[in-house]
Amino acid sequence: MLEQIKLKNKIFFTLNKVFSRSIASANTGDFIYKKLTQFFAFLVFLLVLVMGYEMYVGSKLSIDKFGWNFLVNSTWDPVKEIFGALPAIYGTLISSFLALLISVPLGLGVAIFLSELSPNWLEKPLSFLTELLAGIPSVVYGLWGIFVLVPLLRNVVEPFLFKHFGNLPFFQGAPYGFGMMAAAIILSIMVLPIISSISRDVLKSVPNSQREAALALGATKWEVIKIVLANSRSGILGASMLGLGRAIGETMAVTMVIGNRALISPSLFDPAYTMASVLANEFTEASSDLYLSSLIELALILFAITIIINVAARIFVWSFEKRWSSVG
Amino acid sequence: MRNDIAINKTNLKEKISQDKNKEKLVIEVKNLSAYFGKVKVLKEINLSIPKNKVIAIIGPSGCGKSTFLRSLNRMHEIVGGTITGEILLDGKNIMKLDPVLLRRKVGMVFQKPNPFPTMSIFNNVVSGLKLNGIKDKKILAEAAEQSLTHAALWDEVKDRLHESALGLSGGQQQRLCIARSLAIKPEILLMDEPASALDPLSTSKIEQLIHNLKAEFTIVIVTHNMQQAARVSDKTAFFYMGELIEFDSTSKLFTNPSVKKTEDYITGRFG
Amino acid sequence: MLRQEFLYGVLKKGGAVLVNKRLNFIRRKSTNYVMLSLTFLSVVIAVIPLLFIFYYTISKGFTYLNLDFFISMPKPVGQEGGGMANAIIGTFILIGIGGAIGLPVGIFAGIYLAEFGNNKFGSTVRFLADVLSGIPSIVVGVVAYTIVVLPMHHFSAFAGGVALAILMIPTVTRTTEEMIRLVPHSYREAGLALGIPKWKTSLVIILKSAWKGIATGILLAIARAAGETAPLLFTALGNRFWSTKIFQPIASLTVYIYDYAKSPFTEWNEQAWTASLILIALISIISLLFKILTRSKY
Repeated sequence: MLEQIKLKNKIFFTLNKVFSRSIASANTGDFIYKKLTQFFAFLVFLLVLVMGYEMYVGSKLSIDKFGWNFLVNSTWDPVKEIFGALPAIYGTLISSFLALLISVPLGLGVAIFLSELSPNWLEKPLSFLTELLAGIPSVVYGLWGIFVLVPLLRNVVEPFLFKHFGNLPFFQGAPYGFGMMAAAIILSIMVLPIISSISRDVLKSVPNSQREAALALGATKWEVIKIVLANSRSGILGASMLGLGRAIGETMAVTMVIGNRALISPSLFDPAYTMASVLANEFTEASSDLYLSSLIELALILFAITIIINVAARIFVWSFEKRWSSVG
Repeated sequence: MRNDIAINKTNLKEKISQDKNKEKLVIEVKNLSAYFGKVKVLKEINLSIPKNKVIAIIGPSGCGKSTFLRSLNRMHEIVGGTITGEILLDGKNIMKLDPVLLRRKVGMVFQKPNPFPTMSIFNNVVSGLKLNGIKDKKILAEAAEQSLTHAALWDEVKDRLHESALGLSGGQQQRLCIARSLAIKPEILLMDEPASALDPLSTSKIEQLIHNLKAEFTIVIVTHNMQQAARVSDKTAFFYMGELIEFDSTSKLFTNPSVKKTEDYITGRFG
Repeated sequence: MLRQEFLYGVLKKGGAVLVNKRLNFIRRKSTNYVMLSLTFLSVVIAVIPLLFIFYYTISKGFTYLNLDFFISMPKPVGQEGGGMANAIIGTFILIGIGGAIGLPVGIFAGIYLAEFGNNKFGSTVRFLADVLSGIPSIVVGVVAYTIVVLPMHHFSAFAGGVALAILMIPTVTRTTEEMIRLVPHSYREAGLALGIPKWKTSLVIILKSAWKGIATGILLAIARAAGETAPLLFTALGNRFWSTKIFQPIASLTVYIYDYAKSPFTEWNEQAWTASLILIALISIISLLFKILTRSKY
């Protein structure tokens, strides 16, 4: 009897020991696992900070020398070591703005067609095509720009615009082909898939009950679409801003067709510069510390602008997603 | 006093219209079959809907009752369905009408309240009128007040007509959707389980509302709740597996059904 | 009740207005058709440049496409033929370095976000990963220059790899997180109920069911990295000679396309098209794998 109880106790205690040890080791395992993954998450966190810090340190020389003047000075002269970012900022903003002017209506049209009108058999291949468009490397767009788009603009489009609308300030000067217009067009082609695919997702996430409500009231297809659009305003705005973020940072294709001259001109025929194309063109040629520092400051400005735009875009998309939690 | 007279007046009116419209049919369904692709979900339905009555459609889920309802305003075809047979609205085949015009005459209220979240309460109610090109503010205001009164919502929202419709409770949202459908003055109002997403208090309000609306509209209501059908309807149709099993006055169908299957269903033996 | 009766009369008048609006109906119908046609037109306009680009890349790209292009070195100006063997191998090496650095960071950070990330730190990291994915690749190139090239005093494949790694991290992090979150909670509970510690459950059960999704994220990141030019311009720089050394400048297809496209020699221009064709083929193969993986998911 006693032996049995002893044995039982022994078994109990050993089991307990083993069990608690396994619990302890499980806890250590979990602890290590958590800390390990947390370390890598922290690296992501650190990365963004390091990027900002490195660029700030790198541009210190230029910031000290030019101050805020860097943003408003329109001279970019590496020989005299005078660096003003205004032409590049101007070129970046104008080329992106023009690109959105083309691609937002087009992208929205594509999104509407894909989400509201397209028969099923057409939707998949069309979505696939627009995704393909997004997958083509920027440098290939640039190659196409140099050898197809630019000659087309130089020989056909720009002479035509000059002939018929030559009195407008936008269409003056020699039609080089390389210039603001080529950059805007190529950017609009590149940004289009982003805007159309995000907008399509946004439109699709408007619940069907909204469409049925409108249809049951005797709305035509277009009137239904208008109600769907009214519901997705913030989401579409977010999509456009993500497109803007992409356009502002786009480098290769723009560099290859914009003509690369630090010039502020209203004419779309004239060559221009963007912040990204200045970096791509001149970074390896920077011969002095001040030159390099000014280029890094340009990168810092680009970094700041794109962060602001992306954050704003995400806030818009979020606020869109939130809405549907409060309906019905 | 005034109220009493008014009630008497409506009673009288109801009586007259009952006599007058005894044989008047708004919708005649002849040999209607509905399909999703190749699947036949409704089988040769024949059914007539008299004016100013409430018709309830009951049956187990998947019996085709919603499809039937959605065939009446051609919403069945927007999800890719097709129909054969005839549906006559005031003697005209609805397949030959423009769906946009048809849906103005045949309003619909859905299972879940679906107000337009970007519009105010007021704009929700008049959205159908605005679509039809009515811009006169006076007419819109009158129509809004009237429809909301009809939907028994006016007193609750009259002070916040220009606030978002999302601030309303679920039951209020559903009555707002009813008001929105009423504003375009449909001849018939289709209701697809309008109270299934609501609490009991809101449900009873909606049922009261259906009763009041009968004087002016013909109502077809799909419901899975047999008590509700018994409470609100004049006539009831029992659907089973895509077939119309029995269609009779509600009191007859619930107390003395002529088909065994109906009896089994209403006594809860299946479904 | 009286009030209702009265209002009814007014609305009946409204109804009359409705009926008389035949013209209005015709206007609505025509607006409908015009707008619907416009959306279709925008689809056509959007597809045209794509067809254009594909047509040119394929028709021009085939001119120089032969075995030689894959196995021989670039020839000096004026000499016929030559290939881009060094650039093709360079592209693979750069992706390899980028993946070796970027993938572990992305995957583990994604695991953290999915398993432990429901706190302030988690949402900050998630937010920063999103921010990171929006930063222009040229800026990433500048940063890689300042943190790798400047201290080491020369351009290198390693610097290019670091830049590509930074570009891969956000995509991998976010897809890993999303894919792990897709794994049903019951799997996790089943593991935990068997007395398996959380870390083992997570690594063995959860990752095993989510790996396909994660793999697609990895492929997507690699496809993007393969097409990048801007961050390589002043990190990996480019190299006209054969080099597989990690701490030396290295050639890549994209930089070659850029240089050859800008060059005044038609021969080089044509070779840029061929390089583009190979690059697009490479990316298409990767995205095709991506499609196949996503299709068979669950």
